[in-house]
Amino acid sequence: MTMAHGTFDNTVDREFPPIGWLATGALGAVIVGGVLMAAYAPRRAPLGVATGLLVLGVVLLAAAWTLLLRQKNFAWRTFSKVFRWALLAYAVTSAMIEFAFVRDHTTGAPLVLVTLMLVVFATSVPTSIAFTVARYADPDH
Amino acid sequence: MSEVTQNAAPPASHGAPGERPKIQVVPLKGLPVVAVAVVFVAVAIAGNWTWALMFCHVVGGGLWTGVDLFVGLVIGPILGRLSIPARAEFSARFMPKMVIIMPTVVMMTLASGFQIARKLGNLLASSPNHAWLIASFIVVGIMAVIALGVLEPANIAVLFEMNKPVPNGERIGRLMNRFIYTAGITGLMQVATLIIMTRVATQ
Repeated sequence: MTMAHGTFDNTVDREFPPIGWLATGALGAVIVGGVLMAAYAPRRAPLGVATGLLVLGVVLLAAAWTLLLRQKNFAWRTFSKVFRWALLAYAVTSAMIEFAFVRDHTTGAPLVLVTLMLVVFATSVPTSIAFTVARYADPDH
Repeated sequence: MSEVTQNAAPPASHGAPGERPKIQVVPLKGLPVVAVAVVFVAVAIAGNWTWALMFCHVVGGGLWTGVDLFVGLVIGPILGRLSIPARAEFSARFMPKMVIIMPTVVMMTLASGFQIARKLGNLLASSPNHAWLIASFIVVGIMAVIALGVLEPANIAVLFEMNKPVPNGERIGRLMNRFIYTAGITGLMQVATLIIMTRVATQ
């Protein structure tokens, strides 16, 4: 990293752990879980496999955030700004999907699973977007 | 994320800071249209309104497939042959529109499509369309991971990069390569969607 206090060298790409890829992996896990749940609708999907995929998604997303929170000299202001707007957009999308499931009388454990998968979905995409933007931004001083 | 919109000039690779207008990452003028689409889809689902569901699915799906095919197989290869400043100038005008259009048409298509499938009984294991629908879920799942996890972060990062006083042209080129390749993949996957959907409609 070539950065003096108060200056930012935009010609150099800093090295980061695979935070974006972990968030994308979490997204992939819950999308596979969602496809599985949808494939069985209106029957009850095998909840064990869906739960396993949800847990995988949560673990990958938690790993992404753990690595992210350990970053020093990071553009947190930029990350926060992008994350909040993206979270708003994906919360609306997730709410629409949740609404469709509730409207179709999905209840009990399947609804809880779908809801938690949507939480991972609505968090992982903004994490990936905000990290990709912030990694190239001027770090907070 | 929203800034004042004006015409964007191509960024210098590593030149001196110029007086370039800011790019509006999310075009605010488009948000009322998005809100109308969201409310319309919600009303269609709430009322199980066949015409409205079909309208959302056909309009959303047609636009989604058309845009993906055109961008992936026509715009993408052209973009790949342009110089980095030319790519950047094109992207400054093109990508903010995609940021608004694509999530909206995808949301319209998927939400209404799932509801239609339930309503028509295509989700039942006994339906002749069941296997085709599962295939479409898989195709959409792959496209979603590529579009949301790889393509969209790169697109938005390009727009932020171009708003810097001295944008890094090499970085913009690299992020745009990600866009060009992933758009090509989703374009090809839309061919699979066309085959699946025409099979479902004619079984």
